[in-house]
Amino acid sequence: MKTDRIVNLSRRRFLTESVAAAAGLTLGVLPIAGAGMRESGPGLAGSVPAEAGDFQPNAFLRIGRDNSITVISKHLEMGQGTYTGMATLVAEELDADWEQVRVEGAPADAARYRNLFWGEAQGTGGSTAIANSWTQMRKAGAAARQMLVEAAAERWQVKPAEIDVKAGVVSHAASGKKARFGELADAAAEQPVPQDVLLKDQDEFRLIGKRMPRKDSPEKIDGSAKFTIDVRLPNMVTAVVAHPPRFGAKVRSFDAAGAKAMPGVKHVVQIPAGVAVVAGDYWSAKRGRDALQVEWDESNAFSMSSKQILEQYRALAKGPGTVGRNQGDTAGALAKAAKVMEAEYSVPYLAHAPMEPMDCVVRIDASGCEIWNGEQMNTGDQHAVAGVLGIKPEQVRINMLYAGGSFGRRANPKADYVLEAVHIAKALKSGVPVKMIWSREDDMRAGFYRPLYLHRLRAGLNDDNQPTAWQQRIVGQSIMAGTAFESMMIKEGVDQTSVEGAANLPYTLDNIQIDLHSPRLQVPVQWWRSVGSTHTAFAVECFVDELAEAAGKDPVAFRRSYLKGHPRHLGVLNLAVEKAGWSEPMGPGRGRGVAVHESFNSYVAQVAEVTVRRGVIYVERVVIAVDCGIPINPDVIEAQMQGGMGYGLAATLASELTFKDGRVEQSNFHDYLSLRIDQMPEVEVYIVPSTEPPTGVGEPATPVIAPAVANAVYAATGQRLRQLPLRVV
Amino acid sequence: MIQLNVNGTTRSLDIDPEMPLLWVLREYIGLTGTKFGCGIAQCGSCTVHIDGEPVRSCSTPVSAVIGKHVTTIEGLNSPTGKAVQAAWRDLEVVQCGYCQSGQIMSAVALLAHKERPTDAEIDAAMQGNLCRCATYVRIRAAIKAASKQPV
Ligand code: FES
Ligand code: FES
Repeated sequence: MKTDRIVNLSRRRFLTESVAAAAGLTLGVLPIAGAGMRESGPGLAGSVPAEAGDFQPNAFLRIGRDNSITVISKHLEMGQGTYTGMATLVAEELDADWEQVRVEGAPADAARYRNLFWGEAQGTGGSTAIANSWTQMRKAGAAARQMLVEAAAERWQVKPAEIDVKAGVVSHAASGKKARFGELADAAAEQPVPQDVLLKDQDEFRLIGKRMPRKDSPEKIDGSAKFTIDVRLPNMVTAVVAHPPRFGAKVRSFDAAGAKAMPGVKHVVQIPAGVAVVAGDYWSAKRGRDALQVEWDESNAFSMSSKQILEQYRALAKGPGTVGRNQGDTAGALAKAAKVMEAEYSVPYLAHAPMEPMDCVVRIDASGCEIWNGEQMNTGDQHAVAGVLGIKPEQVRINMLYAGGSFGRRANPKADYVLEAVHIAKALKSGVPVKMIWSREDDMRAGFYRPLYLHRLRAGLNDDNQPTAWQQRIVGQSIMAGTAFESMMIKEGVDQTSVEGAANLPYTLDNIQIDLHSPRLQVPVQWWRSVGSTHTAFAVECFVDELAEAAGKDPVAFRRSYLKGHPRHLGVLNLAVEKAGWSEPMGPGRGRGVAVHESFNSYVAQVAEVTVRRGVIYVERVVIAVDCGIPINPDVIEAQMQGGMGYGLAATLASELTFKDGRVEQSNFHDYLSLRIDQMPEVEVYIVPSTEPPTGVGEPATPVIAPAVANAVYAATGQRLRQLPLRVV
Repeated sequence: MIQLNVNGTTRSLDIDPEMPLLWVLREYIGLTGTKFGCGIAQCGSCTVHIDGEPVRSCSTPVSAVIGKHVTTIEGLNSPTGKAVQAAWRDLEVVQCGYCQSGQIMSAVALLAHKERPTDAEIDAAMQGNLCRCATYVRIRAAIKAASKQPV
């Protein structure tokens, strides 16, 4: 797979253009098109034309004369530890001094910074950051190291093979000569770029596999980290948008007089998404919006209620859908079964609700457009903005800032909130920078949710109560339909993200059928941390528990017997149950539940311990085992397991977005419930040692907790809860 | 003109007395470490200290803090503050970081009242601070570490 070409950028540009401290060595690795490509997570193949043969450098590393090492991250830091991960990969092969390494967000430029798993597009998602950068970043570091060594060898007149590099110091033992990277940077930049670099073996790693401190911690602890909402530019104005009360409603007319009468309000402009009120500060803009009169045309607006949607889906689930997996003869096996078990599982719409509400800063000038954003869909947004402004994508310059969470939301396939900000800036015509801030209410009500899904499961059992057939019918909106990913992600009518986690059911059964209905509703939907697995893991892992019970087997023993041939599932399952003390007895009202699930090529098992008292579920302890290939940073992995599980636990116990007559019923954190500290269980995380290439950790812990807790509640109470959020009756 | 004492410096600002302190801090004084998360005192991202007490600045009109001492994350330099920040760093609490200024301000206020809080006291005091990244396990541990209790 590795046919990368490494390019020295220093001589092309940086030596002449940069200030002294920043000058030195800058290296990039040019991946040959197609190398390492595969389908995983959102892809942009359809939206960005590939220009075969036209490759510009991917600059990932800058070594300054002052010894500073800047790693340029092509991926967004939204909490998942990407900046630290990218820096670790580069610094490992560079043998850099970790203290000297800092990280900078890359500009939007797919030619240099594309996600190798996303065709020709740059972006962060699908837990791909480490997985796609694993070889690329290490090569960038290794090539730079080799050039530093060559430069030292030349200067000291010794053989390169006699030179050692450790923690940012290049040394030659025999002569006692030593130099820090900065002293060699200019000379290194003159060295020929190695076309083939030798990467370390796993047992030679000094940083990979260690708990290296996060690079973004200090500035997030002292308040100096810059998020989109913190951007301040000369003459900047702040905008808020009045969104329609229901999806599909349009502005019929509006009266700006009241808004304009509010102190500080400067402009009221109509944009496709609604009406924007622009002021000198957020509070004035928001007060202006409160005073704005908008008459909405709701004739084509969404008008359903969540209950109705569920009823409609239930009716749909009676008839066959489009087949996503067909193995054996499921219908025949069900017809012949001694007994058929049936169950319905459902999950509600969910908002992502990252702590930082959607926001974006835009400035339009003669040369194009500049954007400041917690940028997750760099190339897609660049193209969308260019389309609105009638300029070239490369004229859209995007500054990728920290994102205050995202959980998928900032990677919007329609660039929704980014375009709102662009439309406002465009309408103002003055070229002043505009910061658009959504209130929390906008963030809850202006759309793009994890879809509501209903699953209907049927299993055929033989005379020994062992399963012979598995039929799973899934009903819910397609996330990919109508987006640029449609052609890539919808295969023969089946949105792969609707069935992932079910279509790849790991349990060894002769007859398996998964089919899908994708009704079209006006509710805008989007991937939500772990995408399809958010609902498939719940339905599958709970129904497996039901089958175990029917077979008269312990849930763990039952899973083991049907997971033969899936060593990585078994590995995490066995580790989690061992650490949890699976067979130790629990008191009355208490129970233990297990679930195991693979997503994004990472494997996670969780054992949850709960107490149910007076109708309330207390999740007290969660034991997590994860296999994510070679662990890059065990501390970050542990944090993502804790946090990813906690994010899923919110949806297990509390979060729910509902519609009443087409209106979203929730508006803020008082009614869209999230997990609070008193609901957070004790968490233990165990990492399976591995020599496999690393895979993602941002998402895979999220989907596993709902079935683990639901199964634990059953163990505690005898109640099978098949709807999220879980409610004990 | 409104006179405000923020992080030990007195400033005169020509602003509406009803404007929430949060936006005054962020947009008129340029102290952006204090964050906006909900605007209705439900998330704690905007927590600052007023005369040492934790307050949700999104729901506090600036007029209410005239003559009082406002401390933001940028001005946190008490020994307890430093200990909390050090524990936050040692235990790698942060993920996206957006809620963390508020978490730290609440934690420091808790420790000012209770030198060695129990788990239940930590949960009660920190319950108003949401973290969508769910860094709660480490928040608990860091508060214990900062108060020199076994983690
Ligand atoms: S912004 Fe003040 S409590 Fe949420
Ligand atoms: S660290 Fe992201 S919300 Fe708390």
